[in-house]
Amino acid sequence: MSLRSVIYCGVCSFPPEFCEFTGKLKRCKVWLSENHPEKYQSLYGDTEVEDAAAKLAGSSIGEEREEKLEKDLLKLQSKQENREQRELAKKLSSKVIIKREARTKRKTMVAIAGLEVFEIDMKKLAKTFASKFATGCSVSKNIEKKEEIIIQGDVADEAETYIQKLLEEKGLKEVKVEQMDMKKKKKPTTTTTTPAA
Amino acid sequence: MFRKFSREDIHSRSNVKSSVQRTLKTKLVSQFPKLEEVIDELVPKKSHVELIKCEDKIQLYAVDGEVCFFQKFDELIPTLKLVHKFPEAFPTVQVDRGAIKFVLSGANIMCPGLTSPGAQLPEAPGFEEDALVIVKAENKESALAIGRLLMSTEDIKSINKGHGVEMIHHLGDPLWNFSVE
Repeated sequence: MSLRSVIYCGVCSFPPEFCEFTGKLKRCKVWLSENHPEKYQSLYGDTEVEDAAAKLAGSSIGEEREEKLEKDLLKLQSKQENREQRELAKKLSSKVIIKREARTKRKTMVAIAGLEVFEIDMKKLAKTFASKFATGCSVSKNIEKKEEIIIQGDVADEAETYIQKLLEEKGLKEVKVEQMDMKKKKKPTTTTTTPAA
Repeated sequence: MFRKFSREDIHSRSNVKSSVQRTLKTKLVSQFPKLEEVIDELVPKKSHVELIKCEDKIQLYAVDGEVCFFQKFDELIPTLKLVHKFPEAFPTVQVDRGAIKFVLSGANIMCPGLTSPGAQLPEAPGFEEDALVIVKAENKESALAIGRLLMSTEDIKSINKGHGVEMIHHLGDPLWNFSVE
């Protein structure tokens, strides 16, 4: 006897038999047919109509309940799809703001806000920035109580390209990344808007 | 048990010494005797075992970056990832197709779902109350949940009412989606 290796669906992370209960069945099917065609055959091999009929006949819980179940699953699926669409729209409509702020003399600081929508781990990104640019980098809350990444030093351009690359990997190429330049005030000692470092 | 579980619930992470790892393995085998044949495959000698302590005294054990079992108090409970690899080793019950939906959303399993034609319970004498069971589903190969019996399987058959299995861990719960990294 040895260990069994189980395929897990790349879309919903369940074993493929349970894809139908997650409401993502359509995408799951596509994934499975691309990655594990033989498994796809054994699960969804029959044509749809035959399959449904066979399911009804073979079910132990009675046709009525089976039909209700199917209906519920369909409902769940459409709900899930709607939600995903909404989320995607939200992602596409939001944008990343990179602010360049002036500190004392020739020193600048870069603040990146609006990343939380894209399921990016801010702490990890801050760490990578810190080692990439060899500067101090941290996550802190800004005035609107939103989390943002603060990088010490003038690295706005580099950070922008890096974030764009990151978003591209996630398949969100259209997301806007905006750069803003906060001009240095004439008397930096009297500024009150800059948060304490 | 894992209704709410996230990264914030982790209190500490530490590596497990190889001597502790050995006792852990013997304990696992004593709980599930059939695991003995494959225990060295599940937890290889040179593997990197990590202990993750969480809220509510829950402890997770991760072998090479994958959470394999967890414990609350004394008993070790396998995760579904491990159950899928070697389902024969654990006591099993089966629910009918109508119950799958509710199980996947984390409900306790009611007795009728365990006694209907599509379901399966072990022959008498069956399992005692409080025993750990793997929940499988009609026409499905893999397990979909892990639970604890709230009454013995014989009682489930005779009473056939109310909660039969208390949910501990199911497909799609936060622990299932949890990754160590």
